[in-house]
Amino acid sequence: MNYDQARWTDDDERYEPLLSEKHTAPADLDDAPLPDELTRDSLELPDLSEPELARHYTRLSEMNYGVDSGPYPLGSCTMKYNPKFTEDVAAIEAGAVHPDRSPESVQGNLELLYDLQDYLGRIGGMDAVTLQPPAGAAGEFTGVLVAKAYHEHNGDERSEIIVPESAHGTNFASAALAGFDVVSLPGGDDGRVDLDALEAALSEDTALLMLTNPNTLGLFERDIEEISEMVHDAGGLLYYDGANLNALLGRARPGDMGFDIMHYNVHKTFATPHGGGGPGAGPVGVVDELAPFLPKPQVEKRDGTYDLFDPEHSIGKVHGSLGNWLVLVKAYAYIARLGDPGLSDASAKAVLNANYLATQIEYEVPYGPFHHEFVASAGDQDAADVAKRMLDYGVHPPTTKWPEIVGEALMTEPTEIENKTTLDQLADAFNAVANEDQDALAAAPERTAARRIDQTGAARNLRLSWQALDDE
Amino acid sequence: MSGHHTTQGSPFAPHTATDTEAMLDAVGVETEAELFDIPDSVRFDGEFGIEPRSERAIRAEVAQTLEKNDDLVELLGRGHYSHYVPSLVDHLSQRSEFLTSYTQYQPEVTQGFLQVLFEYQSLLVELTGLGVANCSMYDAATALGEAATLADRLRQTSGTRVLVPEHLADGRREVLANYVGGTDLTVEEYPMDDGNVDVEALGGALDDSAVMVYAENPTVRGCVEESLETIGDLAHDNDALFCLGSDPVSLALLQEPASVGADVVVGAADVLGLPTSYGMGMGLFATREEYVRQVPGRLVGASTDDTGRRTYTLTLQTREQHIRRERATSNICTNQAWVALRAAIHASSLGPDGLADLAKEAVTDAQALADRVTEVVGVKAPVHDRHHVREFVAHTDQPAPAVAADLEDEGYAVHVLGEHHIQLNANALGENEVDEFVDALAEVAR
Repeated sequence: MNYDQARWTDDDERYEPLLSEKHTAPADLDDAPLPDELTRDSLELPDLSEPELARHYTRLSEMNYGVDSGPYPLGSCTMKYNPKFTEDVAAIEAGAVHPDRSPESVQGNLELLYDLQDYLGRIGGMDAVTLQPPAGAAGEFTGVLVAKAYHEHNGDERSEIIVPESAHGTNFASAALAGFDVVSLPGGDDGRVDLDALEAALSEDTALLMLTNPNTLGLFERDIEEISEMVHDAGGLLYYDGANLNALLGRARPGDMGFDIMHYNVHKTFATPHGGGGPGAGPVGVVDELAPFLPKPQVEKRDGTYDLFDPEHSIGKVHGSLGNWLVLVKAYAYIARLGDPGLSDASAKAVLNANYLATQIEYEVPYGPFHHEFVASAGDQDAADVAKRMLDYGVHPPTTKWPEIVGEALMTEPTEIENKTTLDQLADAFNAVANEDQDALAAAPERTAARRIDQTGAARNLRLSWQALDDE
Repeated sequence: MSGHHTTQGSPFAPHTATDTEAMLDAVGVETEAELFDIPDSVRFDGEFGIEPRSERAIRAEVAQTLEKNDDLVELLGRGHYSHYVPSLVDHLSQRSEFLTSYTQYQPEVTQGFLQVLFEYQSLLVELTGLGVANCSMYDAATALGEAATLADRLRQTSGTRVLVPEHLADGRREVLANYVGGTDLTVEEYPMDDGNVDVEALGGALDDSAVMVYAENPTVRGCVEESLETIGDLAHDNDALFCLGSDPVSLALLQEPASVGADVVVGAADVLGLPTSYGMGMGLFATREEYVRQVPGRLVGASTDDTGRRTYTLTLQTREQHIRRERATSNICTNQAWVALRAAIHASSLGPDGLADLAKEAVTDAQALADRVTEVVGVKAPVHDRHHVREFVAHTDQPAPAVAADLEDEGYAVHVLGEHHIQLNANALGENEVDEFVDALAEVAR
């Protein structure tokens, strides 16, 4: 596959100029309907016509790479195709209401949210679901607060949360944000939870164990039932990080494995677009016993009418309103489109794709059997350089240098959306790079809009706005 | 199962039966099921009971469901506003290269989005006068929560009290409580005086145990705050951070936050780029340059590439959870980047005069509506003798809940604040709709 990304170059100094370099003007603040002392003195902003702006943003989009551009096998990120019709469903204007509307007057929105709660509960094997958390990390924070409130309600002071060393960084940060001490759990030789280490970590201070399953190596925690028993015997709760749920749809459910709390990353598993970094949504499911602690308000259905209510021991709110509505609508539409057979096929094909791709690449994959993703090692090569060089082959590289249990990690998750031909092209890219020398890697990328970027320089000489550039 | 040619399987998994065979062969298994290393005891053999539907059916179904919403004219505000979003925003933000991209961890191939975010940051730097703005928080409420933990990190030794106004949206108050729940911080309210900060009371409440003072301009009741400089001085005299809540439309006209001593600005940046979307938002977060290493969330900085040209990249990532884990400045990872893209396009399409005009209209519309409704028998407005942006509180002689319920029957949604107070956002009303609303209010308010 050949690839050259569009590259708009203004001169030797810059690519597409900034809006501020095209044309700016001062705002006319003279006839302000307020006394002078209550208004600002000046405001200088870009001042461009619609055709100029259309071209500016179109050029910038051409200097960007999305799932629709080509394969995007970022491990742990589940870069699926985002079905176009879900955008149209989210754009239905009748749903674009103010969040403070009376429940009676927004029965449609509440019905959709209620149905989505129901879908997610069934998919995860959970009894109650909140849709309020606006991202996966917000879901984690919500789950941790629920666990905290539950323990406190039982008069149980517990100060620690156990997180495997190879877990997503958000697990650690979410636990810390809620005021817990984080106990990092070293992994076992097989890449899974080491039961002896877990035993040693558990205590009467343990509030929660946060687990991803399959874990970040793509491995299923086979001892999950024993883990669950150990945690619960110690009086703790078990949290499921839903980042890797795409491996399990229709095959296994967190609720059936003994998890008490889980979050769903709908921008991963349920194909809502990542939007260059967000928005996502991170609904949280819990078992019955924890439902009274969920954020307020919750949607309920009584006699065919939908209403909002505050759970008895609610933790309060984690978002100013009801969460990222537009994202939730897209997730609903995706789940409805796939239904039972589609969801289970998505996981089957995601796992098949990862396994097939792993057989086609020359890099070693030290741990298995893996599911929807695998972690290869770049060996003597620098994984970051490998990634830059892969860009030249028209593919987005995998997640690199993480999890650290694999040296020079290439964490690869092709998802179910790629066909065999694309996977073969992706494998060709891996293998071409595997056989290149350090000079070729260091010179990469060559075919992207920009060449290798100086990261250190950006941090050392901080310029975070065009105003900062002007000050130079 | 071959997905895309039949009704079975995922329509977005493009495997033909032949390819699936070949791939299974290469892996060395006969069925996909063999690839799942899951103990029998936790395998799921049941069904979700979710019927797959066609694209066409789902579009019709959801449209039908959402039609069950009452079609009300919303005079609702209090932090969520619907300014007209130009078509340009929808069309450009929907470009696949933007919409379907991930966070820019490979900057060479994502210069486009990085530049958009750099421009977004710059627009907020211009509007706030502060040196640093991040790529977005989830919404105004979580941005306020992050501001409090920033204050805690900056001045840990000097205090634990966060002071917030008596008039504050419930969502912001409750989210703030959760964000400070893991710290030693406590949140206290200070009183308001006729819709503005009661500076005397605030002064009395402040000592060196305060770590942050939060105020809003405009306030949640739409009042223009007239004592910003005094509030800033009071905060600084007590070694506390001054955090100001606002939004990018109001900021185009009201006092520049930096000029009144604001250390952090938070708020609803989604007033640009998004119509009201049942509470979905985007949090503005800006602060002084000296605090940059304590900022939550992503930052885009300028750099150069191997050709020597200026480029953009995520920077200071050592603040963030994927590197710093439990010592990160925040747990945020996924943010609201695509909304930031939309806000930037919206702001650019308005230009300086367009944005300032929007703010001016928000002031004159509020005044005009207040002038009209105060002529209605049984209504006095505005309750607070202040200048207003977009919205204001009105007194009703009749019980406010009854007035609001009757208005809803007439096709209007308004806020109820207390026994005899309603809040009205003029911004949502078209020119022709003002007369009709005033007539409806006259019917129900007597």
